[in-house]
Amino acid sequence: MYSQKVMECFMNPQNVGEIENADGVGTVGNPKCGDIMKIYLQIEDNIIRDAKFKTFGCGAAIATSAMLTQMVKGKTIEEAMKITNKAVADALDGLPPVKMHCSCLAEEALKAALWDYAQKNGLTIEGLTPPANRHDEDHAAFGEEN
Amino acid sequence: MIYLDHAATTPVKPEVLAAMLPYFTEHYGNPSSVYKIAQRNRKAIDDARAVVAEHLGAQPNEIFFTSGGTEADNWAIKGIAEAFKEKGNHIITTNIEHHAVLHPCQYLEKHGYEVTYLEVDPDGLVTAEQVEAAIRPETILITIMYANNEIGTIMPIAEIGAVAKKHGIVFHTDAVQAIGHLPIDVRAQNIDLLSLSGHKFYGPKGTGALYIRRGLQLPPLLHGGGQERNRRAGTENVPGIVGLAKAMALAYEDLEAKNAKIKALRDYLIDGIMTQIPYCRLNGHREQRLPNNVNISFEFIEGESLLLLLDMAGIAASSGSACTSGSLDPSHVLLALGLPHEQAHGSIRFTLGEDNTREEMDQVLEKLPSFVERLRSMSPLYEDFVRQNS
Ligand SMILES: Cc1ncc(COP(=O)(O)O)c(C=O)c1O
Ligand code: FES
Repeated sequence: MYSQKVMECFMNPQNVGEIENADGVGTVGNPKCGDIMKIYLQIEDNIIRDAKFKTFGCGAAIATSAMLTQMVKGKTIEEAMKITNKAVADALDGLPPVKMHCSCLAEEALKAALWDYAQKNGLTIEGLTPPANRHDEDHAAFGEEN
Repeated sequence: MIYLDHAATTPVKPEVLAAMLPYFTEHYGNPSSVYKIAQRNRKAIDDARAVVAEHLGAQPNEIFFTSGGTEADNWAIKGIAEAFKEKGNHIITTNIEHHAVLHPCQYLEKHGYEVTYLEVDPDGLVTAEQVEAAIRPETILITIMYANNEIGTIMPIAEIGAVAKKHGIVFHTDAVQAIGHLPIDVRAQNIDLLSLSGHKFYGPKGTGALYIRRGLQLPPLLHGGGQERNRRAGTENVPGIVGLAKAMALAYEDLEAKNAKIKALRDYLIDGIMTQIPYCRLNGHREQRLPNNVNISFEFIEGESLLLLLDMAGIAASSGSACTSGSLDPSHVLLALGLPHEQAHGSIRFTLGEDNTREEMDQVLEKLPSFVERLRSMSPLYEDFVRQNS
């Protein structure tokens, strides 16, 4: 079901953990639909020096969190703002269609962490809107049971 | 690989395959034809029917072969709804049925029928009293599963059958998870209709049967040729029917001894998990449960990620997590037990088979705690929990 890259990222996820006194923390999702992602950022001189995550979710959710935190490290805030869920999914050699929403969660968690950073420092980041819980439209019902 | 998903499906036993093979090649005749090679196939079907009947305590002419459990469930439910529409429009079932029962019920609701979904208790049981209390003058069908596919809870079928009989209401049971694993007697238990499926007891996929008590008028679901005494059209799946019967005969051989062995392994696994891993919950009734079912919620983690770790370690299991279902909600069965969403999300089902060994259970018990630990260390829910409790 998953690409080799997803499985690698899932089995050996980079950047799991917390950052003490993080400059920005974003939590998205809710336990009702099951997926929760929390991203911690350490930001210095407009550059993301460190990023860590904690995720309650499926293999794709864990792999996208790990990949996203890898991708944002060393980037400026403006560069990080350009990272889309699709870019994260592409970096993982794609995700099954039912799992694309897990990558949306990663993008939202990043934006929520940046929003938190902006709020704490009285900044405005171009293109950044307050985090809303948008994670409830997807998940088409086509499961099977046995 | 350590296969612990026997409730999903089982491998076809070599003896079953051997019994089936000639019916693909040498004995290919259409059982409805008059020449000799066809007549042998007619006899093979009759023999199979007798075997299935015997293990249910039924008569051969009460057994009708189908394409599986889903067809048998649909036939029973939609058939009774149609046959008794003059009498009433009310159906009683439970909120933990398989979708092969729930979805036909929901379909009928769109066509003027009313359905009562009895709520199970935290162990997944309904009582005969609950059933009796739900009966109305318009009630035409009670359909309650014999044993639940996710949590293994076994329903009090004989008591429910007695209530149905007392009130003269047709009683159907989806026994797909019970057949081949539990002794069943349709007469003693007052069952009017019973669904079964071959691939859950080492028979072929796409095979099943519906037992229809003699005298019960059930209109066909599939219209066409005159097969199955005009009640289920379509050229018979001869190899499948032969395989189903062979598998059933084997399943009921030494059933008690086999069940004792599987039950011991099941309990070993349950006890091992519950003592080694903190914050777990066993789902389903502790005693009144299928001999092979283990269903446990691991708090603070999500089931699919645990399944993946198990899979990488060569262990095959399943989960009631929303992430594996592809739908927004975790298993309706676990929610019906009253589990919060996140606990239903972290559930794993291990279903054992005849060939599993104690060594395999030991391997699971050796690996599982570290997998759970690893996922908890990544979990924001666990982080919050630890923070609140330190
Ligand atoms: C309780 C129950 N009912 C019905 C079915 C459907 O059976 P089948 O796969 O033969 O259509 C299953 C199995 O998936 C089941 O577990
Ligand atoms: S976290 Fe639920 S499907 Fe990915």
